[in-house]
Amino acid sequence: MAELIPTIIAKYNYWIYITLMMIGLYAMIAKNNLVKKILGMSIFQTAIILFYVSIGVKKGATIPILEGVHGHGAAHQAVHAADYVNPLPHVLMLTAIVVGVATLGVALALAIRVYNRYNTLEEDEILAQIRKK
Amino acid sequence: MKIIGLIITIMTGGFLVYAAGDFPAWSDPSSPASTYLSPYYIEKAIEETSVPNIVTAVLADYRGFDTMFEATVIFSAGLVCFILLRIMGRKEPETRHYRHVLTGVTVTIKEGRKIPASEEFERIDDLWTPPELIIKTACRVLIPFLQLFGLYVIAHGHYSPGGGFQGGVILGASIILLAISHDLRTATERMREKVVAILCPVGVAIYAGTGALCLLLGANFLDYGALASVLHVDPITARSHGILMVEIGVGIAVMTTMIWIYNNISSAGKYNQGL
Amino acid sequence: MFWQIDLAILTLVVVTTVGSLMVKDLLGAAILFGAYSFLMCLLWAIMGAVDVAFTEASVGAGVSSVFFVAAVFRTSRRTKD
Repeated sequence: MAELIPTIIAKYNYWIYITLMMIGLYAMIAKNNLVKKILGMSIFQTAIILFYVSIGVKKGATIPILEGVHGHGAAHQAVHAADYVNPLPHVLMLTAIVVGVATLGVALALAIRVYNRYNTLEEDEILAQIRKK
Repeated sequence: MKIIGLIITIMTGGFLVYAAGDFPAWSDPSSPASTYLSPYYIEKAIEETSVPNIVTAVLADYRGFDTMFEATVIFSAGLVCFILLRIMGRKEPETRHYRHVLTGVTVTIKEGRKIPASEEFERIDDLWTPPELIIKTACRVLIPFLQLFGLYVIAHGHYSPGGGFQGGVILGASIILLAISHDLRTATERMREKVVAILCPVGVAIYAGTGALCLLLGANFLDYGALASVLHVDPITARSHGILMVEIGVGIAVMTTMIWIYNNISSAGKYNQGL
Repeated sequence: MFWQIDLAILTLVVVTTVGSLMVKDLLGAAILFGAYSFLMCLLWAIMGAVDVAFTEASVGAGVSSVFFVAAVFRTSRRTKD
């Protein structure tokens, strides 16, 4: 048990990321208002992107842009992979962010349609109106 | 529902915490994610593509197929917003409101008759607010510089953080700023709905067209080295130029999708008044 | 960088998240979401992911907050929950 405490403290980032994901998941399930559910979805998405980007971090490494090299195919000195942050999670998460905002637009359009039809955005009132039909 | 949500959340959180015990330590250079493929990308990107920004090189060249379908997804999201919300129809409203510019008196004309366009009367909407001179002038000065910066971000994506997505969003945000500071009618006159709706698939088509051009020239799909014969450069620089062409396509697609979604959401489909 | 900055920004992120979901005014929730996006962008800039930070700053703290405010404008602003 005594050697568990240093590992718990060393990985504090992962616990906070998991907390963020669970806050977003709870908002999607338990909130009644549709816009709050959409906010929860967006929080969940950004928390997962945060988790993925944190996988690529290297200690003492710099950003993945080579400097001083002007192209034309010839590297003047050898490039060491340990000097640069891992670029592969960045690439995947760029796609994820932009797809996330497109999904947000569709979700908000659906919320506006629901409001035009039932004149409320609270889930329990909408379900009551549907059951009364 | 709240108690079920709480139980589900705590159980999922418990599983994730238990699984996180096995993760490699944070910021470890020898973690499995950084071992197999990414050293190849870091070391060889400048030799094979002559692009110093490794993320742009991987995004548009090594993983170019993913980015093409991402542009397709963005276009289809804009299309879905349009289909859900847009109410077509040229039914002009029965009562129009006009405002006499010099005295500020509002005149309401009923039953479909209208005042012909003149200097003294301007057409206003139901939700009209008094004009804010400071905001209008400041935004009108700022918008050309925003667009210039957006074009710079797209073109300079090889050497600094940036690229097609970021530049496209900044360009779209400049038109959204015009719609917010003035009104939606001004922005729609500047960039009409048909132009926006047609430019969106044109952006995706530029991306796929570059890939098809490489196919026609004899190499694989999206293999930019084949463009060397068209552009009269060596294959490594041809890959750099191919990346620039697809970034322009992605930028156009993202810009028009942002404008399209904003127009549809803020006017709830009717396009007569906005935020 | 220093773990103190990391911990401070992570605490602020959790605070804005919880605040954005508890506020009864939907416009306030949208603005707090914009603040959350901007703090995420700072976190990624510290971690060295500059492209991701640029995208999140323009998309999350810019366009996404505008979409939320426009949708709240077209529906109701108060909520009981």
